[in-house]
Amino acid sequence: MELTTVWFILIAVLWTGYFILEGFDFGVGMMLPIVGKGKNAAETEKRRRLVLTTIGPFWDGNEVWLITAGGAMFAAFPHWYATMFSGFYLPLLLVLVALIVRNVGLEYRPKRNDMTWRRRWDLMIVFGSVLPPLLLGVALTNTVRGLPIDQNMEFTGSLLSLLNPLSLLGGVTHVVVSLAHGAFFVALKTKGDVRELARGLGARVGVVAGVLVAALLLWLGVASDGTALTWATSAVAVVALVAALAFNRRGAEGAAFAGTFVTIGMTVATYFLLLFPDVMPSSTNEAWSLTTTNAASSHLTLTIMTWAAVIFLPIVLAYSAYNYWVFRKRVSIQMLSEESAPQIERVES
Amino acid sequence: MGNLDLARWQFAITTVYHFLFVPITIGMSAFVAAFHTAYLRTRKPEYMRLSKFYGKLFTINFALGLVTGIVQEFQFGMNWSNYSRFVGDIFGAPLALEALLAFFLESTFLGLWLFGWGRIPEKLHNACIWIVHIGTLLSAYFILAANSFMQNPVGWRFNPETNRAELTDFVAVLLNKVQLVAFPHVVTACFMVGGAIVMSVALFMMRRHRRSEERTEDIPMYRKAVKAGAVVTLIAGIGVAITGDLQGKVMTEVQPMKMAAAEALYDTPPDGQCANFSVLSIGTLDGSEAKEIVEVPCLLSFLGTGSFDGKVEGIRDLEAAYQEKYKDNPVTYSASYVPNIPVSYWNFRFMIGAGVAAAAIAALALFSIRKNRVPMQRWWGPLLVIAPLAAVFGNSFGWIFTEMGRQPWVVFGVYTTAQGVSPSVTSSDIIISMTVYTLLYAALAVVEVRLFMRYVRKGAEPYEPVTQHEGEDQLSFSY
Repeated sequence: MELTTVWFILIAVLWTGYFILEGFDFGVGMMLPIVGKGKNAAETEKRRRLVLTTIGPFWDGNEVWLITAGGAMFAAFPHWYATMFSGFYLPLLLVLVALIVRNVGLEYRPKRNDMTWRRRWDLMIVFGSVLPPLLLGVALTNTVRGLPIDQNMEFTGSLLSLLNPLSLLGGVTHVVVSLAHGAFFVALKTKGDVRELARGLGARVGVVAGVLVAALLLWLGVASDGTALTWATSAVAVVALVAALAFNRRGAEGAAFAGTFVTIGMTVATYFLLLFPDVMPSSTNEAWSLTTTNAASSHLTLTIMTWAAVIFLPIVLAYSAYNYWVFRKRVSIQMLSEESAPQIERVES
Repeated sequence: MGNLDLARWQFAITTVYHFLFVPITIGMSAFVAAFHTAYLRTRKPEYMRLSKFYGKLFTINFALGLVTGIVQEFQFGMNWSNYSRFVGDIFGAPLALEALLAFFLESTFLGLWLFGWGRIPEKLHNACIWIVHIGTLLSAYFILAANSFMQNPVGWRFNPETNRAELTDFVAVLLNKVQLVAFPHVVTACFMVGGAIVMSVALFMMRRHRRSEERTEDIPMYRKAVKAGAVVTLIAGIGVAITGDLQGKVMTEVQPMKMAAAEALYDTPPDGQCANFSVLSIGTLDGSEAKEIVEVPCLLSFLGTGSFDGKVEGIRDLEAAYQEKYKDNPVTYSASYVPNIPVSYWNFRFMIGAGVAAAAIAALALFSIRKNRVPMQRWWGPLLVIAPLAAVFGNSFGWIFTEMGRQPWVVFGVYTTAQGVSPSVTSSDIIISMTVYTLLYAALAVVEVRLFMRYVRKGAEPYEPVTQHEGEDQLSFSY
């Protein structure tokens, strides 16, 4: 296989990994006001703390998948990186702002026992969890659909050329699927009321997600000349979501989570299969499209990067897996540490 | 302001801001890890308390360092797409390796360390925070290798077919002679920052407890931290001076213009004369009038070449030579090859002054805590604020000097900064993003400093032994 193809696959894997992994922690952030709502302020706060604790040791590492995907594009396909990042200028600015306030929110929220402080950061966490999957979904769908790109590989459109029905559907779908994925994750990782609430949320949102994924992949497949393979991956994506809903009903949350895991994985894989061998098709003139060949780095750079990936990616996967294994047990409200408990809990409970 | 100036200002704002947190992360992670190890070795509760105390302060900083770092990675593509296209083949690889080798380590193992008390075997748990520290060093190595290529491009060739720079020797890029002096210089400067913070925070607590006569039993614990922080600041300070001197010599060789700008040395000294170093100047720096008021004879020759009668070239001769060499090629053309002289001149001196100030306060602190004394003089108050700030801003001054002194080049002698900007990005795009970053960063700085000070004032938490447990018990750390 050509090294450029290998790197196309690796970048697809990194983006897929990112959407799957950060997908659930985005979902967890989004459901903070839904599942994290109790009968009184003290209960609300406990539930929110529990919901956030499920992603505590993981979200930071999940985010590195995005940084690595960006870095890998820069190294392996500099033109792809340059055209995409300068073309999606304002959407990416918003993604960065969202990630900044979200991450700072996750880190700083528990650091003060003051409910105003915590509520403000909760807002930031919700905002920062909805926006990135929305905008990245819009950006990725636009990439597959084709964008105005000139003969110098420069994006010639405006913000408005990114806002079309198909791409907006792509953005909304990523948000809703992430929410279902996050709900199954919380259901899998918690005990008690929160687990039941998350299961209920997953069941309701999952149905919407299933409809959206089916509609998106159908539309995208027709618009971008789907192949037998992309129809197969699209079908698997939808079937996996249906299976997830069925497992969730029976209380098999692990299997339900695996279902949305596959749904997101297959959806993003379908995107990249539709893209290949282009990396950024030009809607202005097909001859001006960026491809795995004309956007790629030199053979030497790709060779070095391939060795690095072959050696280090398995190591990264191994210690990430160890991290998930260490914190595999379910957590409950009773187990939350006293240290970060706010005054309100001590008074009312 | 054109797109070039806007993009440069944005890069300056976001990068200087990002690099306020980087040295704190690199320097403090070593202290947190070392205190944790000291606890496991001695079983003295005070070391565990210090590790957790500084660990909290560390995470407050880490959060901002990480998120502002993502902006850095995206920024090359967003504002500097032509640059990314031209050097991506060489410059992209260390960035990707940084993410793959360093960022995953840092993020995953910091999560394991923070949430892992009592969950992981204790030695392995201690290893987690050391791995975080190693991750920060690896990260520094790769990003400095990328920067060193911009200072002194090696291991590459120009490919006329693709019209871009291509890698020929990756080992040469990783072992660039600029890199070999820049890495130890930056890392020792980061240890100065970590040491100065550990020292100042602990000395602040010592004084606080002595003044209030509460929790005075904690004073010996903080005294150990003051000592550790001050000793590291001093030793690292010596390291910074030695590596800085080596770097000056390498820089005189690869970018003589930068070092001439550092001294505002306009005219090459006549044969047989050496170049002086001015400690302080007044008046203009444009070479039109005499300016030096305090001058050390021949010091510039020594700093630049290692010999007191070494030859240092002046700005005018270098400018003439560069005009001759570079002006005919559109990629290397620039109206002038002289960097901003006052910026170079003053940042070079501020950098040295800040480093010396931090080291001097560390020495004074060591002296003041001898024989279990607690220095209660009022002037220690401001000094405790100045020491860490001087160390942090010393890093900033150094970076501003080295990046501004390279102008008009982005890759020295190969590609000018003006060539690198994104053609498809409008000036309103950059103005919007710059405004957003500036306001957001300013707000976060206020929140961060207040939270940091809040945790400093709380002091180290009482000792609680860690019990190993599985699952059902209370979590020792949660949201």
